[in-house]
Amino acid sequence: MKHTARKMLTFVMALTLLVSLCSVFALADDGAFKVGGTGPLTGGAAIYGNAAMNGAQIAVDEINAEGGIQFELKYEDDSHDAEKAVNAYNALKDWGMQISLGSVTSAPANATSAENFADHIFALTPSASAPTVIDGKDNVFQMCFLDYPTQGGASAQYISSMGLAEKVGIIWKNDEDYSTGLRNSFVDKAAELDLEIVAESTFAAGNDTDFTVQLTEMQNAGADLVFLPMYYQPASLILSQAAAMGYEPKWFGVDGMDGILTMEGFDPALAEGVMLLTPFNADSDDPATVAFVEKYQQLYDEIPNQFAADAYDCIYAYKQALEAAEATPDMTAEELNDLMIEQFTTMTFDGLTGTGMTWDETGAVSKGAHGCVIENGAYVGLD
Amino acid sequence: MKSRSLNRNARKNFLTYGLVIAAYAVLQTITVTGSISSSLKGMLVPICAYVVMAVSLNLTVGVLGELSLGHAGFMSVGAFTGVTAAMALQNAVPYPALRLLIGMVVGSIFAAIAGVLIGIPVLRLKGDYLAIVTLAFGEIIKSIVNNLYVGVDEHGLQLSLLTNKLALAEGGKIIINGPMGITTIEKLSTFTAGFLLVMLTLFIVFNLVNSRSGRAIMAIRDNRIAAESVGVNVVKYRLMAFVTSAALAGAAGTLFAMNYSTIIANKFDFNTSILVLVFVVLGGLGNMLGSIIAAAALTVLPEMLRSLQDYRMLIYAIILILVMIVTNNPLLRGYIDRLFGNLRRKKAPVQAQEGGDGHA
Repeated sequence: MKHTARKMLTFVMALTLLVSLCSVFALADDGAFKVGGTGPLTGGAAIYGNAAMNGAQIAVDEINAEGGIQFELKYEDDSHDAEKAVNAYNALKDWGMQISLGSVTSAPANATSAENFADHIFALTPSASAPTVIDGKDNVFQMCFLDYPTQGGASAQYISSMGLAEKVGIIWKNDEDYSTGLRNSFVDKAAELDLEIVAESTFAAGNDTDFTVQLTEMQNAGADLVFLPMYYQPASLILSQAAAMGYEPKWFGVDGMDGILTMEGFDPALAEGVMLLTPFNADSDDPATVAFVEKYQQLYDEIPNQFAADAYDCIYAYKQALEAAEATPDMTAEELNDLMIEQFTTMTFDGLTGTGMTWDETGAVSKGAHGCVIENGAYVGLD
Repeated sequence: MKSRSLNRNARKNFLTYGLVIAAYAVLQTITVTGSISSSLKGMLVPICAYVVMAVSLNLTVGVLGELSLGHAGFMSVGAFTGVTAAMALQNAVPYPALRLLIGMVVGSIFAAIAGVLIGIPVLRLKGDYLAIVTLAFGEIIKSIVNNLYVGVDEHGLQLSLLTNKLALAEGGKIIINGPMGITTIEKLSTFTAGFLLVMLTLFIVFNLVNSRSGRAIMAIRDNRIAAESVGVNVVKYRLMAFVTSAALAGAAGTLFAMNYSTIIANKFDFNTSILVLVFVVLGGLGNMLGSIIAAAALTVLPEMLRSLQDYRMLIYAIILILVMIVTNNPLLRGYIDRLFGNLRRKKAPVQAQEGGDGHA
């Protein structure tokens, strides 16, 4: 017993040595800005993290190929967990990160944005939409179009003004900040607009695989539209279980639903007719979007979702801001931080996810949202 | 002469204290000189919190001999009550270190209360039943905190369940916001505070184990019926070990939560309970030094494997399995024993000289 611990110590030390030998030390050329971000590259929200990483990488490759400003991009996995996100952030700091893409999802972003603020490293998050991410931090900015208090309200507004439904049902996840926030703002706005909510049903982490009870409740209440304020994973199960029981209401999702089409093992036919609000239309005629979608499909064999587009825009927004500020890669993170705050609060940016975007001093972006419907396995704009 | 009177256990306990102090001294030195990586620096406080978790769970699993699958539940209780206390006292107590201390004390008191509440009915159960109930306890705590809203204003703390019905006066602020958890934590935890908590935990656990009560607890573990027959109060001693373990986990929870600017209830789920149990099992049941090393090594390991990118967690799992196989394989054990045997023989004469007249 006494020596078990010692043996383990030796073993772990040997492993440490092995791993440090294996690790490749990437030598950066001096001429590039080091951009780092954390996101869920593994686990239940991995589609978001990988989409953002791929989108940003495409932008970086395009910009580097042009000559001029150069970027070096590094994404670290945070498994959608605040503790691991801070670890990932620290690993990026050791790598020499000068400007940051924050975190992809809200809960980890709450933790990393506080670190960004304390360390004076500028952050522009592609998709962490919680208001607390930017609250009270002068150097944390968002690229995603709406924080969820307004997104839930906007969904209710959209359903009401388009006359999509008489009776609305809601299934939401009551142990998740994102889902609860959306549901609350949806219900508030619905009351204002006299939109009738006939049924509400909840689930939580751990009992999110069987939705028969919730769906039966919706069906019995006669809901002709079901609002699903949640991430794509539970939504995919709800859609397939509803199809299995022959319940066919209209489905209305939120930006968390984006990505459902590329989910492994999910039959895109089940998502036919699902509506959602998104700032990005993959089928748009805009030449920049067409080029981006084509390149993304070629490289990753998928149609990009809004997370990819948001991250792509982040890199281009950085390019515009760095050029305008005449920043050079030998500047420290702190110098760049001050320059970026100055640029982002004054500049106007046109990207894939919107034109004429501006940021206010809190770090929130102003841009419009489109209604989008899934048809033949692709997102199609409603208007 | 004094060293002769120390028994084997006491020597091992002092070795544990010594190693913890040495590790603290080394890490603190490289932190002060600035040669520490941000990555390691960021993990110092979580390591301390996990070490306290592992040692306290070892008290339940190794010393008391009961399998608990809800240790993260106590951590959660400690985290949320401790942080709430520290935040509510923000204006009343100006010293950050004192606020952290108050937070930890409050966290451990509430975790102890939770320990008593669950312990009284549960410790009458045996074996698997206890594991199932503690598992449920962890989930219940998670659900409660996810539906709990707490705010503070000039009139004091306000509570609300299920929906946010708080009516805070001007200047009041919300502390626990349901599933969003606490988002505006002031980061008070320091490595030194973590180190002191680890030392205090070791002091409490070692003294409990080596006391009359500790021997009673181990007697119950080894044979409950025999212990009862010689007049050991089974419920009392089991509760003593269980509640001590819960209180220490509560303090660890406060320490952990105050190292981040945000904390959510879902962090303290079944996976976290199992993670701590893995530290205990890998380190050896009843072996506190083993728990400390396992907790520290397994917290650092996933971060060291970052360079392997997507294969990181796969390799982590393989390493866990390898460690278990290696420490249990008689052939490899024999080999390692020979390796250490050589070292020990070299050391032996030195010890004899120090000991003076030597002992068998």
